[in-house]
Amino acid sequence: MNELKAMFEAGPQLPWYLALSAILFTIGVAGVVIKRNVISMFMCIELMLNAVNLTFVAFSSYFRDVNGQLFVFIVMTVAAAEAAVGLGIIIAIFRNRESLDVDEANILKL
Amino acid sequence: MEHNLLSLIIFAPLAGAAINWFIGRKLRSEVFSGVVGCGSIVVSMLVAFYYAFGSHGALHSSEPIRDHIWTWIQVGSFRADFGLAMDRLSGIYVCFITFVGLLIHIFATGYMHGDDGFYRFFAYLNLFMFSMLTLVLGDNFLIMFVGWEGVGLCSYLLIGYYTLRDEARVAAKKAFVANRIGDWGVILGVLLIFGMTGSISFFDKTVDGVEIHSALKILADNVPIDPFTFGALFAGGVSSAAILLFIGATGKSAQIPLYVWLPDAMAGPTPVSALIHAATMVTAGVYMVVRCNIIYTLSPTVMLIIALIGAATAIVAATIGLAQNDIKKVLAYSTVSQLGYMFLACGVGAFVAAIFHVMTHAFFKALLFLGSGSVIHGMHHEQDMRKMGGLKKYLPITWLTMSAGWLAICGIPIFAGFFSKDEILWKTWSTTASANLPLFGPVSLNNILWIIGAFTALLTAVYMTRLMWMTFYGQERFEVAGHSHHHEEDVHAYGESHDEHDEQSHDEHDEHDDDEHHHHGPIHPHEDDWKMKAPLIVLGVFSVFIGLVGVPHALGFGVIPNYFEHTLEPVIMHPKAGGEKHSIQENEHGAINSEPQNQKVNYLSTPPQTTDSGEPVKATNTGAEHKEEVHDEGTERLFTGISVLIGLLGIGIGYLIFSKDPLKKMPTLLENKYWVDEIYERFIINPIHTFSRDGLWKIADLGFIDGMVNGSGRLVAAIGDFIRSVQVGFVRSYAALIFLGVLFVICYFIISFTR
Repeated sequence: MNELKAMFEAGPQLPWYLALSAILFTIGVAGVVIKRNVISMFMCIELMLNAVNLTFVAFSSYFRDVNGQLFVFIVMTVAAAEAAVGLGIIIAIFRNRESLDVDEANILKL
Repeated sequence: MEHNLLSLIIFAPLAGAAINWFIGRKLRSEVFSGVVGCGSIVVSMLVAFYYAFGSHGALHSSEPIRDHIWTWIQVGSFRADFGLAMDRLSGIYVCFITFVGLLIHIFATGYMHGDDGFYRFFAYLNLFMFSMLTLVLGDNFLIMFVGWEGVGLCSYLLIGYYTLRDEARVAAKKAFVANRIGDWGVILGVLLIFGMTGSISFFDKTVDGVEIHSALKILADNVPIDPFTFGALFAGGVSSAAILLFIGATGKSAQIPLYVWLPDAMAGPTPVSALIHAATMVTAGVYMVVRCNIIYTLSPTVMLIIALIGAATAIVAATIGLAQNDIKKVLAYSTVSQLGYMFLACGVGAFVAAIFHVMTHAFFKALLFLGSGSVIHGMHHEQDMRKMGGLKKYLPITWLTMSAGWLAICGIPIFAGFFSKDEILWKTWSTTASANLPLFGPVSLNNILWIIGAFTALLTAVYMTRLMWMTFYGQERFEVAGHSHHHEEDVHAYGESHDEHDEQSHDEHDEHDDDEHHHHGPIHPHEDDWKMKAPLIVLGVFSVFIGLVGVPHALGFGVIPNYFEHTLEPVIMHPKAGGEKHSIQENEHGAINSEPQNQKVNYLSTPPQTTDSGEPVKATNTGAEHKEEVHDEGTERLFTGISVLIGLLGIGIGYLIFSKDPLKKMPTLLENKYWVDEIYERFIINPIHTFSRDGLWKIADLGFIDGMVNGSGRLVAAIGDFIRSVQVGFVRSYAALIFLGVLFVICYFIISFTR
């Protein structure tokens, strides 16, 4: 009881952030592989990116190094660009196929 | 002594062949081709006779006349030069080859008149002379082998000269393949000699300061006589080399078992038969055996085998010749039989007698073949004796000269064949070589061989008399008008015969072979011009008198010396090391064999030993001739008388049987050549054929090799199929793979960080 109270009074610890980030990342990966709707895949990709952001920020706060937060900026920028491009591609494919099922976009094969 | 003119002997015919082939083909002039063809042989002949009989000639001197043309192969200790050497043996050969060859060339200009491929014929003939002369003049085994193969090639080209005839093509192939089997033996034999002695040269010489030793002298000086056992053949010593070389000789010189090509070779034009298959090529085997006589002297086992095969061939061929109806086939089997005599002589050690018979045989057999060519030509290419008869009055010169040849081959004194055949028979009876195996009582194996030889002589006289009678005497059995189209009916009337093929081919080439001219209309046998008559006359004269150079001592009564034996005596080498020892022979011209060189002779495996169980059969003597041996001259004269009686008896029997009934049917077994060809076909050729086609072709080639090649292609395709499954266009699988890769990298880092 007292150890629990002491743990909570010290505040959130680094491993908690990392664990959360890992869980989020894993959920994201699972979603990318399992989900059939391409918008859902994209949301899971964003989830993965944000999980990584969380990791960077956690480390930056723990080591008191601002570089981690700087990198978060970069990641966010890339995420935004990639989302824009990706959504453009999806719209183009959707216009051709009338379907958001990623399994149906399988012509690029040997 | 370097005599560069010696090479002219071989290069003149080669040049003739080249000129005829390239220029004669354009000119298409018979006169040009004939002159070039015969002229080159004239050149060879003149140079040959000059070198042989001249003042320092080969036939008198002890050193061979040499010409080193160039160094061909020199690899490590193996050296083979393109060098020529005319010693006494090759001198004799070159002289009669060029002389008889010239006469045959002249005959051929008449015989082949009107043939489209005239230039080709003379080109091949000259090429053949080149090869044959290279064979006898070569100074080492390799050059001899070049000539050996060359004559085989030319035999193929010339037998198959009538390219449009099926039988000619098949016969040419058969000749070449049979020769090739012999070549296998020769190559292995030469390799074995090289392995044993380190040299392949026949003579000692020094070239550019490099000494080349004679392989034959090394063997003579250092190798003991091989034991007289069957195992010696396989021991890798001298006996093995000897038997291998002899296999080559059986192929080239048509002995059992490889004689089957010679009768079929009669499909070629008659001058070819005369030159190649009577006078020259078939004697190459005898040349080789006599050249390497030391090898045979050192191997009593092989000498016995040679004697047995020679005798067997002689009698078998004589019995077959008795039953043939084609005039050329009779002569072909006669050649095989006489070659058997020559090998019988070699087998009992009478090498000089063998060469003497080679020379006389060349003359009378060429005469007989050319005579038959004249008959065939005069009968408008009719070869079946059953359709001849009474030609004496139409072809007088041919009849006269062929009679000389007939008497020569029957062994009537003083014709050529008498001296040589008689000497062989006497030497067989009196030999002390390995053939002198006691059998029972006073009878030894060589006595049996003599009986075989004598019986063969009887048969020879019988079938030659049959040939002469059926051709020249008696009733005319040929029709006068248009009979050339009735071949098939006539042949069926006479019963089944393999000569049918000849007749059918005559018919076939009536229609579409333009190599011969064919008279339609009354057959009027005639003799042709001087080109065909003159060689017959010259050969006839020689057949009568050439025997006189070799009159044996017993018959010469001290008056006529045996020139031949004196000349060839130094060629016979005697072994010096171990075994029976003989004194070094000094020939009467003063020169001696060089000192024995003590050189180490290498054996392939342990040298052959005598068996240690029981008393081995010992060869009492090497059997090679000695000048100083005392001949039992009384007995020799007795045997000479017996030979004459046998000859006369044979003629008498032949006359009695065939003058009454020229068409008397001979036993079918003989007429069908003991079915030897058929046996070979069934038991050797067909299995090889089947094995090649179904085994080697279908399984090894198509199945295995093609399978490997195609299979590797299919393997690559299969791998591609497998890898293709990675890229299926299925996006989620890409994502999954990326994730797996990331996982792998993370694991790697975790593990390496926790180490």
